[in-house]
Amino acid sequence: MSNTVAAAPTRVYRDYGQPYWRRALVTRESGIIALFVIVVLAAIVGVPYFDQPITMTYLLLDVAPILLIALPMTLIIITGEIDLSVASVVGLSSVLLGTLHQAGLPIPLAALVAIFAGAVGGAFNGFLVTVVGLPSLAVTIGTLALYRGLAVGLLGTTAVTDFDPFWTSLAKSKIGDTGVPSIMIPFVILLIVFAVVLHFTPFGRGVYAIGQSSEAASFSGVKVQRTKFILFVLAGAVAAVAGIYYTLRYGSARGDNATGLELQVIAAVLLGGVSIFGGRGALHGVIAGVLLIGVLGSALRLANVTSDVINIITGTLLVLSVVSTSFLVWLHKKQPRNRGIKDGSHAAKA
Amino acid sequence: MSISPGTPGPAALELRGVTKSFGAVVALKSANLTVQMNSIHALVGENGAGKSTLVKVIAGLYQRDAGDFLLRGESVNFKSTAESKASGIAVIYQEPTLFPDLSVTENIFMGRQPTNRFGRIDRKAMRDETIDLFGRLAVRIDPDRPAEGLSIADQQIIEIAKAISLDARVLIMDEPTAALSGVEVDRLFAVARSLRDEGRALVFISHRFDEVFALCDTITVMRDGEYISTDNIDDTTVDEIVHRMVGRNVTELFPKAEAVIGEVVLDVSGLTSAGMFDDISFQVRSGEIVGLAGLVGAGRSEVARAVFGVDTYSRGTVKVGDTRVPRRDPIAAMNLGLALVPEDRRKQGLVVDSTVARNTTMAIQRTLTKAGMLTSGAENAAARIWASRLEVKTNALDTIAGTLSGGNQQKVVLAKWLATNPRVLIIDEPTRGIDVGTKAEVHRLLSELAGQGLAILMISSELPEVLGMADRVLVMREGRITAEIMRADATSESVMYAATHASEIHS
Amino acid sequence: MSTLTTKPTPNALLTGLGTFLRARETSILLALVLVIVVTTIKNPNFLFSSDGFRDLLLTPSILVLVAVGQAIVIITRSVDLSVGSTLGLTAYLTGRLFIDVPGIPIIVVVLAGIALGAVLGLVNGALVAFAKVPALVITLGTLYAYRGINVLWAGSDRVNASDMPKDFLHLGTTSYFSIPLLTIIALVVLVAAAWYMRNTRGGREFYAIGSEPAAAELYGLKVTKRILVAFVACGALTGLAGVLYAARYGTINSQAGSGLELDAVAAAVIGGVAIFGGSGTVWGAALGAVLLLTINRALPILGVPDFWQRAVVGALIIGAIVLDRLLALRQTRKLRETRNDSHE
Repeated sequence: MSNTVAAAPTRVYRDYGQPYWRRALVTRESGIIALFVIVVLAAIVGVPYFDQPITMTYLLLDVAPILLIALPMTLIIITGEIDLSVASVVGLSSVLLGTLHQAGLPIPLAALVAIFAGAVGGAFNGFLVTVVGLPSLAVTIGTLALYRGLAVGLLGTTAVTDFDPFWTSLAKSKIGDTGVPSIMIPFVILLIVFAVVLHFTPFGRGVYAIGQSSEAASFSGVKVQRTKFILFVLAGAVAAVAGIYYTLRYGSARGDNATGLELQVIAAVLLGGVSIFGGRGALHGVIAGVLLIGVLGSALRLANVTSDVINIITGTLLVLSVVSTSFLVWLHKKQPRNRGIKDGSHAAKA
Repeated sequence: MSISPGTPGPAALELRGVTKSFGAVVALKSANLTVQMNSIHALVGENGAGKSTLVKVIAGLYQRDAGDFLLRGESVNFKSTAESKASGIAVIYQEPTLFPDLSVTENIFMGRQPTNRFGRIDRKAMRDETIDLFGRLAVRIDPDRPAEGLSIADQQIIEIAKAISLDARVLIMDEPTAALSGVEVDRLFAVARSLRDEGRALVFISHRFDEVFALCDTITVMRDGEYISTDNIDDTTVDEIVHRMVGRNVTELFPKAEAVIGEVVLDVSGLTSAGMFDDISFQVRSGEIVGLAGLVGAGRSEVARAVFGVDTYSRGTVKVGDTRVPRRDPIAAMNLGLALVPEDRRKQGLVVDSTVARNTTMAIQRTLTKAGMLTSGAENAAARIWASRLEVKTNALDTIAGTLSGGNQQKVVLAKWLATNPRVLIIDEPTRGIDVGTKAEVHRLLSELAGQGLAILMISSELPEVLGMADRVLVMREGRITAEIMRADATSESVMYAATHASEIHS
Repeated sequence: MSTLTTKPTPNALLTGLGTFLRARETSILLALVLVIVVTTIKNPNFLFSSDGFRDLLLTPSILVLVAVGQAIVIITRSVDLSVGSTLGLTAYLTGRLFIDVPGIPIIVVVLAGIALGAVLGLVNGALVAFAKVPALVITLGTLYAYRGINVLWAGSDRVNASDMPKDFLHLGTTSYFSIPLLTIIALVVLVAAAWYMRNTRGGREFYAIGSEPAAAELYGLKVTKRILVAFVACGALTGLAGVLYAARYGTINSQAGSGLELDAVAAAVIGGVAIFGGSGTVWGAALGAVLLLTINRALPILGVPDFWQRAVVGALIIGAIVLDRLLALRQTRKLRETRNDSHE
């Protein structure tokens, strides 16, 4: 059966409604990237010692965990869910690494166990959300406490610090003379994987579709529950990787490692243009968001501004970015050509 | 036996020459409606006739573009639903919106609970008044139970109770009996009659002529956004009304070309889902268009969703060719050649915030991948082919689907499914909310597709469409197939009859 | 037609008793009693020493206040993650006022703390109600911002107990008829809040908005105003809690109240307040707070090292929401079945 409907296609379509430069530049992501560039330039000019390579080194060493966890977190938020338990998984993985190492297990093996535990933690989240049908906000508030509690419970108030210097210096090492930390290599690989999956695979298309309309997505054959489950497992596993790095970098496994990290990750993701309502966002904006917060912190610290002010700025930035999105949507609706859109749906049922 | 309507004096509600458009779509060309007090006034018309829009104008949700709107002789112009409520207008929608966690009593009085001097809510007074209201309506609902889980019938009663406690003088009931069983309908009618006898004016919108003729005293017909006629019920017949509703020579507009009818492609047998549909069996052959007619709430969309796998069913089988289609597995159904264009275009058919290209290729993404990778180049190429075949009117492939007109949105949904090269197409309300020009295109398209061997199951509430397009018409009522009518014997009357009459025994 | 419009209730007392027994609040109470009994068996001082009894009542008082405020916000289908930072700010304000304004009357300080809390809550409420951004994000941002302001203001200073007037600190530990003053304050506030939520239009509208925001708009309720009030109330209650915190502990650094938001949300959820709003009571949240903190204190006595506390909190939260879900599914099924009684 041939599927030609018209004798020959009679319409010509442009691929894109607007020229490339407009599409690429007039987006939230480019706004954040521009802001990032401005802040970096301002810091180079205005803050002493900022332009030293060592600043960048420490900046990247500091934000590496946030960069890593932001990757799966972005996808989770795009589907309209959230995961507040990631920092607790970091802590739990840190503790597992420490205790297993103390028990004599070589680091690579202990790391694998920790990553597996992180994945299990993510799977538990995913199970409660997709199978039991609980809201992810409530579930991950609970697992935030549970996993952190397990971490603290396992080690108590002690810390494991006697890590093989081979591993701790590896965590802090740099690539040749560039000043770029080696941890950036696995990060960039993960970034490429996530970016490719999100933008170039049916799975990634499904992630956006679920966030925009999970009902329509399921009518078109997207496996909504399975996709969400996979994302939660990924978040757990990547958080565990971040935990391993964190532990080795500071040379200390503690139950309360990375407390509060989830807030920094979410703040960076939202700042990077991902909508809390789901359905929109991209990784390049998120990376810019993480680096922006990192640079701000770094520059302000060098300028002898205290970290509390940095927190005020982070908090305010977060609020401003979401309020401004709301405002832009309100403006967009007020335009005459857009007035009919909502009403059109009523007309369809007349 | 109905009481003659009309207390002398101004009509309770009067609309003259009301018009309303939404951009290019003209919903009301010229609507009239005059409702007297002590009257139950039926408002009938097909889908798209403009009834819902008129109701929303009355309720204050929309503002009319032109025309007169008089309430008890005085001109009114409501800017919000609160204003119309305050003026004594109440609308009972088919699916009421209540507060599920709160009690029935609180639902009735929310926002205006009786209070004493200190602002303390007088629960006893509220409860007593609720019991009193239910007594007047002669219904038994526990005033303390949460609103959650109430049947639609009971939810409507609560809305009516609310309206009475607000002393609404005009009550509009929009297709109230669509989801009701026979007993619940009787109860609703008793309530309506007692409200009428109290001097209120009721507007009853419905497709069910047996009910309309049993309950109402006056009937107004609308068609294509225009007022057609008003009569006393006693002075007219169902056939006359149906004729005025449909109003045109059906066979000319929606010609279905002759097609070779081949072997059975879709075979549904004994499909049952408790409370939704029972023992549904039918077949669709290649080249055939089978129309599935019936009133809203008959269960047709539920059957379609169950066949395709979005919903589940408890008994029965679905086969494409000789292969059994697994239950509750849309992807398997797709792979076997099934396609479903759903009823709710904006929520189920399309991802309205996504682009034309993405929507068009959503079901065939896996086939467009090379080594698991999908580029927008490949997407756009495929989207271009299908969008142009269906002549979707848009400038660019990255236009957001939600900004297209209803007709073009429907074309995108169709394109998405045709791209999967299906053997069976189930299409639910193919032309609802679509302008006339695009309607004809869609019908021509369906006809061509059948000619090429596609088996089509077409669910439609628009009689002319069903009569014009279908080779065979299946009619459903309250979850069961009540008739199978061949094209030659299918008329508005015969289909309507089967849609509104079941066996004498109510369930 | 039948004139009987309600199902005849066989015995109002029995029905009332049945409702009481099935209520979530009752199970929390029972759990609490169970924990106390078991722990007291292990160590009678837990309950029966004068300090033991006092601490049992005193420790949760501050969290009770915060949990009540949080419950109000959650019932309207929002959340306030900034309460920990708010408490820190108001506690520090309390210390600062006493230090910088010698001889300031205690009542003025109390009012100032409440006022500051209310203002901080107003900021949250305005952003949520007007900008229509989810409360989760807004209060995440203010959590950061308020804490930052706190640290900026306090620097590395600390308010010490010695900096504050003796009679103020005395309030933190004094008791009347063996009930600590702070507990009495918490109880009074709880009763007032519970009365408001149950018996006033405003209180009922909180539930309506959380139960079905679309219906609330259709009914013409003043949704924006109600959301503002909810956040202001939460902030004010937290402000009061901050003042009491200063009275109780005397030492306040810039990290006071860190992590409190988690405990407040946990208390509410455990106490039966649904995370999506529309149901639950402030009684439940208060009982949840008491249960939470009592378990924390009981764990060491029962031989569980207290660093497992967090895990217990987490398990309780998850248990509570899974239980709620199962109960909700069952209730939906039952309500569907009983609907047919209404017309026969």
